[in-house]
Amino acid sequence: MTTDTTTPPRTHKTTAPGHAAPRRTKRRTAGKRRSAGSYAVVAAVTVFVLAFLAPFAIILLNSFKTSADYRSHGSLSWPEHWNWDIISDVWQRVDFTQKLINSIEISLGVVLIAVVLALFNAYAIGIGRIRWRTAFLVFFLGVNVLPQEGLVYPIYYLFKEMGLYDGKLGYTILVGVTYSAFGTYLLSSVFSSFPRELIEAASLDGAGRWTILWRIILPMSWPTLSVMCVFFFVWSWNEFLYPLVLLISNDNQTVPLGLSVMQGQYTSDPTAMSAAALLGVIPMIVFFLVFQRSLTRGVTAGAVK
Amino acid sequence: MKTTRHPRSTGYAVFLAPGLLLALVFLVVPLVMTFYYSLTAWQGIGDPTFTGLDNYTRLFQDADFWASFRNIAFVIIGIAVVPTLLGLFLAALLFDYIGKKHGDGLVGIFRSGLYLPQVIPVAVTGLMWGWILAPEGAVNSLLDKIGLGSLAENWLGDPDLALWVVLGVLVWMQLGYPLVLFLSGLQRIDPELYEAASLDGATWWQRFTRITVPILRPEVYVVLVTTTIAGLKVFAQIFVLTGGGPGNSTLVPAYFAYQNFFERADVGYGSAISSTITLLVLIIAGTMLTRQAREDG
Repeated sequence: MTTDTTTPPRTHKTTAPGHAAPRRTKRRTAGKRRSAGSYAVVAAVTVFVLAFLAPFAIILLNSFKTSADYRSHGSLSWPEHWNWDIISDVWQRVDFTQKLINSIEISLGVVLIAVVLALFNAYAIGIGRIRWRTAFLVFFLGVNVLPQEGLVYPIYYLFKEMGLYDGKLGYTILVGVTYSAFGTYLLSSVFSSFPRELIEAASLDGAGRWTILWRIILPMSWPTLSVMCVFFFVWSWNEFLYPLVLLISNDNQTVPLGLSVMQGQYTSDPTAMSAAALLGVIPMIVFFLVFQRSLTRGVTAGAVK
Repeated sequence: MKTTRHPRSTGYAVFLAPGLLLALVFLVVPLVMTFYYSLTAWQGIGDPTFTGLDNYTRLFQDADFWASFRNIAFVIIGIAVVPTLLGLFLAALLFDYIGKKHGDGLVGIFRSGLYLPQVIPVAVTGLMWGWILAPEGAVNSLLDKIGLGSLAENWLGDPDLALWVVLGVLVWMQLGYPLVLFLSGLQRIDPELYEAASLDGATWWQRFTRITVPILRPEVYVVLVTTTIAGLKVFAQIFVLTGGGPGNSTLVPAYFAYQNFFERADVGYGSAISSTITLLVLIIAGTMLTRQAREDG
């Protein structure tokens, strides 16, 4: 890292877009020239990316149009004037405030449960190297790939029996436990390469297993944990089949579910549909902009190991 | 000696207890129950009647089931194959060409734009695309505007077309995942390798096929495995976009199972469908992982 600046930084050291200067300057001095052709390529890719993102622009435009404006000018025109009524109307119709609160509550709960369980599991498997650890790891990997449709009916049935049906508590635990399997797998592999001298030194100093977990493992694995938190939050926010089956009342529904109801009910009201899609897109765009770095880094972390 | 050995081997198992117990209760118990239900006739109330393999014999004679599997093949093309190929090409273009001539900042912007659909709830992207592809939607008005109005179609309502359109939407949703993974995999490449290749007169295409693709093999493998598994589980996209229709032209197994569970109260049959997918997923995942483990040594 200190001497050879031409070596690309390792994956997790990849800097966020605006911070890539050091490597770039080095590259540019390496005799690369920009030609007319290269600008054409950039232009072509730009057009491609803009076309790729056009659906977002289209729903943005149409969420601010009155029905009359939409009927006379179609979906591709600029709104005659920016009309907030449709959005606020849809907001009230789906009780969007409540849906946002539900989604945030549930997702935070899921993150907490999943990360704590994964941390404990991985502590036992990766650091403690308990007996049959490979078997446990294979177990968690196996349950991690189970399709939800293979579990959903018994869960629906059992939740009804246990009074957990249409409640946030049971649902949050369920999704948290589901994600903890993936987290266990990811963290165990991170922990297995953890410097053992540190743990041995600490235990010689009389630190118990809780202290080691809390004072040594937790702080040092924070980069991985934070990426996991971000990912679990997004996954949980975007869940569909489980909440469709298990959270049916307005007071418990999450954002995607509350909005997808619009599909059936207001097909004849195109601008309202557009506004509903826009409401669903905005929270995650904001989240994406804030946590972009963790997200792009996390894709790699989850996949490669 | 005793004190150093002690924390190493014992006392850690207790940390596994809560996670293991909850996974058994919430994941393994329902799994076993689904397998059991698949051997019964049950409407969700009363007691299931044991019927042996009847549901499975019925399943293999059911045209809808085979249609759902044919459609899954398309879904896997849309979710695994096309995004991987397109992602490879775009990653190489962004990394090896645009990044070098115009800087990584620009690459980061493109990457973010193409990754964005990955974080939007599938139900919401479905809502959005359903709206855009509707008969009076944006796609048809665009065609109309540029004088190609005769090409306008009922994109999701035409049985011959719907699956292809769904495939296109899946590619749009999925492209960002391989792209981000490939771009970060390319960081491993020593830039001098590319430079040496260029000096030797290698064209961009030669560098792509001889350097980029071989180096990204692990990532390609990961993408294909994870997205193939995801393809077998596809549900929300179909639920929101087409509801499996028109007819059974976009029906997928997960949605087919859902219909039997919650719309037809045929829990035994639904369980047979979902047990079949579950087994298939476990077999595929198991095979891939043992292969990977063997390659890793």
